[in-house]
Amino acid sequence: MIRFLIKGLFRDRHRSLFPVITVTVGVTITVVLHCWITGVMGDFIDFNARFTTGHVKVVTRAYAENLEQRPIDLALLDTKAIVDSLKEQWPGYDWVQRIGFGGILDAPDSLGETRAQGPAMGFGIDLLSPETDEIGRMGIRDGLASGKLPERPGDILISDQFAHHLGVGPGDRVTLLTSTMYGAMAMQNFTIAGTVNFGIELMDRGAMIADLSDMQATLDMQDAAGEILGIAKNHRYQETVLAQMSDAFNKQWTDPEDEFSAVMLPLYEQNNLKSLIEYTSGMIGLMIFVFVLAMCVVLWNAGLIGGLRRYGEIGVRLAIGENKGHLYRAMILESVAIGICGTIAGTAIGLGLSWLLQTYGINVGDVMKNATMMIPDTFRADITPPAYFIGFIPGLFATVVGTSLSGIGIYRRQTASLFKELEA
Amino acid sequence: MNGHLITISNLFKHFPMGKGHFTALKDISLNFDEGEFTGIVGPSGSGKTTLLNIIGSLDSPSEGSAVVMGQDIATLTLKAAARLRKRHLGFIFQTYNLLPVYNVFENVEFPLLLLRMSAYERKKAVMHALEWVGLGDKTGSRPKQLSGGECQRVAIARAIVKKPAIVLADEPTANLDAANSHHILKTMSTLNRELKTTFIFATHDDKVIQYLKRKITLEDGKVAKDEMTAGS
Ligand SMILES: Nc1ncnc2c1ncn2[C@@H]1O[C@H](COP(=O)(O)OP(=O)(O)OP(=O)(O)O)[C@@H](O)[C@H]1O
Ligand SMILES: [Mg+2]
Repeated sequence: MIRFLIKGLFRDRHRSLFPVITVTVGVTITVVLHCWITGVMGDFIDFNARFTTGHVKVVTRAYAENLEQRPIDLALLDTKAIVDSLKEQWPGYDWVQRIGFGGILDAPDSLGETRAQGPAMGFGIDLLSPETDEIGRMGIRDGLASGKLPERPGDILISDQFAHHLGVGPGDRVTLLTSTMYGAMAMQNFTIAGTVNFGIELMDRGAMIADLSDMQATLDMQDAAGEILGIAKNHRYQETVLAQMSDAFNKQWTDPEDEFSAVMLPLYEQNNLKSLIEYTSGMIGLMIFVFVLAMCVVLWNAGLIGGLRRYGEIGVRLAIGENKGHLYRAMILESVAIGICGTIAGTAIGLGLSWLLQTYGINVGDVMKNATMMIPDTFRADITPPAYFIGFIPGLFATVVGTSLSGIGIYRRQTASLFKELEA
Repeated sequence: MNGHLITISNLFKHFPMGKGHFTALKDISLNFDEGEFTGIVGPSGSGKTTLLNIIGSLDSPSEGSAVVMGQDIATLTLKAAARLRKRHLGFIFQTYNLLPVYNVFENVEFPLLLLRMSAYERKKAVMHALEWVGLGDKTGSRPKQLSGGECQRVAIARAIVKKPAIVLADEPTANLDAANSHHILKTMSTLNRELKTTFIFATHDDKVIQYLKRKITLEDGKVAKDEMTAGS
């Protein structure tokens, strides 16, 4: 019986081909959008992780309260011990120390008098140790506008715009005026190795990048750092792993009595990223919902039209003695078959397109001309395991609901009146 | 059961219409026995189809009773009505109503699938029925490829393939020319004679009337005449 019905289904293109195509298109779009949003979101998260938040970040409890201000007076002490312990416990992550600082950068004339000066937003990162990858991680190499990368202690990079403002260039010496971790005045001379385009207004106006050890010396921060970032070596953002890691770390290190004790913050707890991530998953959900709804309506209509075309068949089947319930279930079963075929086709096509988007990406570099290093110039889709299944939600749900809705009309109708319509 | 295949007593059928209702069948009492070849005739709107639908358990009486093979149509559940149709009733329609996506064999096979017969038995029964109607060589054709007369013969094969006790035919010849009408009526009367299948027609086709053994005339929802005819 089922074989018989399926045979009829596939011979009747209005009943099979059109709905399958509808489902295929809807599922394809769902899968591609899912992969695309996942990919772009992943790029965005990865970028944040590398640049500011890490996948996790260790700071003092007090520092955590004022994260955006990067207050060095609340910096973490004995960082080497913490980093060593982290490296041992979580070898899948890179653990790097960074110092954020502020100050005035002063460009002297030939007599040593101030020629120009401006406020600097400083980053102390590990530029020089042999195993460091901070330059690559922060994408500085791509943003280099002039000069070269720092090679020895005392070398710094500043933003290209800042350099023009100060009237300095590679090889020139500048002086940083700042205050140490303990509030004392500090002055330090540096050599500009190169200038960088960041593509972010705030940083292009006055960013300065110096070596971590230099800054530890300048700011009186021996074995101290503003923050320790943990960045997954495989670049995967795994929320549950981060949550476990933070819990374990905080149990071991955080002392609720001591505001200078260390605390670990996963990425999603920083800079409102949690709400952004939730918003994005919400958007994916909403999108799928809209697709399901639209497809339901289309398939419902298709079902109604099909139902009209099939009055003859339905009437005959009832007359021959098929139960109404059986008939209705058979129609639902047909729709499940259609849903499965459409979903499989749509998922295959969607994954194919997503694979193209993942491999080749879409270059937005031309659109965002100034965005050099901060934002990746190519966005890519990311095929994650849910992409293989997500299509089944709209694919099956829409066909079954669409058919049920259109079928109810037939189901409710008096048997005899079906025959009236049959004879007309 | 009182010995009759179908017993209709004091049957009324009302259809809701506007505020009140319209009475399509008024106080009908009729019996049908095994092996009848009976026509229900009468002008358009006299209630022929309505009566046939009630006998066929596709509709139910408003008042009175219709007992078909011991089953009271008025009290049958949907399921029980479907079972009655599945086992004992065959239908033939004016418009054939073959399923267009299935070929001749499959169209005739369909009622047997509902009866859960084995493939071997189905094949035997279908071929037998198709030979009865003279279409043994067209099993693979689709309805589209057949003439109107051939379609109606397939429909007859479909109605009789399960050897039902009763075949109900609503204007089976209305869309056919004279030659085809006669062919079909001869087929049906042969079946009636050899299988003892009861045939009940609704018709106003004179060609049909000459084959009938019994003619019931409806007028305005009432039985105006009920007469035995010469038959053929
Ligand atoms: N579902 C319905 N609702 C309302 N009135 C109906 C319904 N079915 C039939 N009728 C009415 O009942 C009367 C009898 O209809 P029926 O179809 O039985 O006539 P008929 O004798 O078969 O006519 P015809 O020869 O034209 O087929 C008609 O007046 C028709 O309008
Ligand atoms: Mg009629």
